[in-house]
Amino acid sequence: MLKLSGRIDPIRQREDARTALLTITTDPSLPVGIRDRFALLTDQPRDVTGYGAQLVSNSLEPIESPLPDATIYQLPNHFNYLKSGDIVYIDASRQFLNTLFRKGSHHNSILLTEQCNSYCLMCSQPPKKIDDSYLLRRALELIKLIPKDAQRLGFTGGEPTLYGDSLIELIKQTKLQLPCTSVDLLSNGRRFKDKEFARRFGAIKHPDCTIAVPVYSDDPVRHDYVVQALGAFDETIQGILNLKRFGQKVEIRIVLHRQTIDRLVQTCEFICRNLLFVDHVALMGLEITGFTRANLDLLWIDPYDYKDTLSEAVHILTSYGLNTSVYNHQLCVVNRDVEGSCCKSISDWKNEYLESCASCTRKCECGGFFSSSKLYKHSSHITPFV
Amino acid sequence: MSDFRQIEFYKPNSHKYQLLPFRFTKLDDQSYVVTNLAGEFVVLPKELIPRLINHNLSDDNSFYVELRARHFLVDQSTAIARDLLAIKLRSRYDRLADFTSLHMFVVTLRCEHSCHYCQVSRKSADKLQFDMSLADADAALGLALRSPSPAIKIEFQGGEPLLNFGLIQHIVREAKRHGAGKRLAFVIATNLALVDREMLAFCYEHDINISTSLDGPRDLHNANRPRPGNDSYEKTIAGIRMAREFLGKDKVSALMTTTEASLDRIKDIVDEYVSQDFAVIFLRPLSPHGFAIKTKAYMRYNTDRWLDFYREGLEYIIALNKQGIALTEFYASTILAKMFTSRDPGFVDLMSPSGIGIAAVIYNYDGYVYASDESRMMAEVGDQHFQLGHVRHNSYGDIFLSPKLIEPLEDSFAYSNPMCHDCAFEPYCGADPVFHWALYKDHVGRKPESEFCRRNMAIFRHLITLMESDPFVRRLFLKWANKC
Repeated sequence: MLKLSGRIDPIRQREDARTALLTITTDPSLPVGIRDRFALLTDQPRDVTGYGAQLVSNSLEPIESPLPDATIYQLPNHFNYLKSGDIVYIDASRQFLNTLFRKGSHHNSILLTEQCNSYCLMCSQPPKKIDDSYLLRRALELIKLIPKDAQRLGFTGGEPTLYGDSLIELIKQTKLQLPCTSVDLLSNGRRFKDKEFARRFGAIKHPDCTIAVPVYSDDPVRHDYVVQALGAFDETIQGILNLKRFGQKVEIRIVLHRQTIDRLVQTCEFICRNLLFVDHVALMGLEITGFTRANLDLLWIDPYDYKDTLSEAVHILTSYGLNTSVYNHQLCVVNRDVEGSCCKSISDWKNEYLESCASCTRKCECGGFFSSSKLYKHSSHITPFV
Repeated sequence: MSDFRQIEFYKPNSHKYQLLPFRFTKLDDQSYVVTNLAGEFVVLPKELIPRLINHNLSDDNSFYVELRARHFLVDQSTAIARDLLAIKLRSRYDRLADFTSLHMFVVTLRCEHSCHYCQVSRKSADKLQFDMSLADADAALGLALRSPSPAIKIEFQGGEPLLNFGLIQHIVREAKRHGAGKRLAFVIATNLALVDREMLAFCYEHDINISTSLDGPRDLHNANRPRPGNDSYEKTIAGIRMAREFLGKDKVSALMTTTEASLDRIKDIVDEYVSQDFAVIFLRPLSPHGFAIKTKAYMRYNTDRWLDFYREGLEYIIALNKQGIALTEFYASTILAKMFTSRDPGFVDLMSPSGIGIAAVIYNYDGYVYASDESRMMAEVGDQHFQLGHVRHNSYGDIFLSPKLIEPLEDSFAYSNPMCHDCAFEPYCGADPVFHWALYKDHVGRKPESEFCRRNMAIFRHLITLMESDPFVRRLFLKWANKC
């Protein structure tokens, strides 16, 4: 698992040390005029000035002196995945670094807020009631730095639609700055019950933006229970209807756990009967993090024990011609008829395999595990293919 | 964690619920089937019906949750059901706004076959008498292209349409010249006896489908379809091979005419379709001999025999699918589409409002316009009731707003017909004003006496029973529903 944020130790911090978004470079001879947009990644402090920061990655060798007149941080080992072209946020006062964009990764996801109007039993990012609107402002800056050839970008929360029109502005700017980048926005969809808001979102006419909305049950009571919000089912369904009315792409996501699995088949039937016009349906394995760990007894069911139900669900969705994906499942715990829908979906920075997977002949086809599953809970039927 | 509430918190405070419109009917001694406006169905134990209706069903009951999720009832927990139901219902009737999409051209009545069940062929060599004229063809095409439908399918019929292939070529070229902006599709309904390479090259060039006739194995097919040399089967099979070579397998389909001689031969018929590598078979109702034989006892006897034939055929087709041989039965799949989706597959014989004129229309060789294929056959035996006008003497408005079309459509709309209105199977059924007119001289008929009603009700029940008792069948049927 990659650690995407952490402390960095100042070797030398000038008074004008900046809190800023910086692109990683290894080139110490960039034109002076643009150096302040870059963080110089180096194994020894360099006698160059003008870079937003120098990040010294080699912790083994002693630092040579005298030190140049620059802001220099020692980069802990867990950041050694950083490469030229990555984008980091350096907080000079807290001496903290966040990796916000990894060039070449298809799993760049930008957190927009930790606030949420739902309180899902299995939330992986438990909501906080704090003003974190700096995250949105930072995202607006970040999209200007991301290379134009980035293939995919995710926006996530919390619940990004709590920003209302500011979110619409962000997506509009993303379209202008990154016209060729496919965008996923995770949302509970409830805000789009407001037809006018959905209309404004659709009016962005982003060429490739999908809003991924969870529908956990065909039973309104059960959905409301899973998201711990009364009336959420109606709002989400209305939101999906409104979004599709205005031509917005929508994906439906169902997280599979003990509270959703009993009606999974019916839920898929419901989607096929009522929401057949959505663009994609993702059936997702549980990530053992956030609230899931607190509610594990309530939520855990071994994927091996629901594999026939999963087959049935996939059969229904694909029979109706819906684009269907199964996320976060290992090939050895699904039936063969589901394999075609299985995706390597786990973000690269938190994707691992068990030791026993080493001998598996199909490891390269398999999506593997969340780091958290490996750490806390995974199917007890993991068996290498030989 | 104490922060989280139990599911009970999200349940409605009150046990009150409202019923949304639904209908029910007995399936067997233990169970009833309930259907909603959108055609969704739930099979319920018999004793739950009165409880549901008397508002005594508790929300702890698993059927309560099922009925709420499928929009049979609403309570405090959700109010979205009405919107979803409305969308589904609107989808069901969506194609009405498009109006007529299938336009059949009888390019000639001449045929080299002399099938005894066919009333509409002539053995004459007199082209002038039984071929459609160029002027009538152009006028008919003008009408077809005036249809608001964005997709226009032109089907060439006969007689044997290949006997007037020149006119087919003319109509196809003219359609492409004048039909820009429409999605055009063409199909020739032919016995293939006369097909040649030039014709198929033309079909390839213009993406024309072939719909042929295959009644079963050689002896049955040739007995049904006499022609000089008694080689209809051989000609058809050779024609199918050649057509597939030119056009690809999916472009060639086959239709079966069911005669009395077919009734004992279902396995042979299905085997023939399988060995000829067809993916779809349509077990059609008995050819009604132009409704010539209309004594009730005879009709009823034949309906029962046909139903046995159909059930046996379906059972065999399901067994083949279990063996991994993919074969779809078309009649079931049109009904299943209505059971499992909000689409109307647009099968003219099973639509409500009826498909006559507004889903399909037929331009006869002599320029007269009929509301359906059956209505032109009726005209051949003397009843002009569904003759809507003439391609050159009447305008588009005259023909498609003719009271001869509008009245039967209004009369026969199943949702407002006596008995159909209360029938749980109404969402799956259709109206057949032509059939009922032929038998009763009214557009609705009396449903307890209607063989159309008896036949379809029996099939609806049978399909649901099969699915309820075998998960394999349910899976298979879901696929069929979505193929159609």
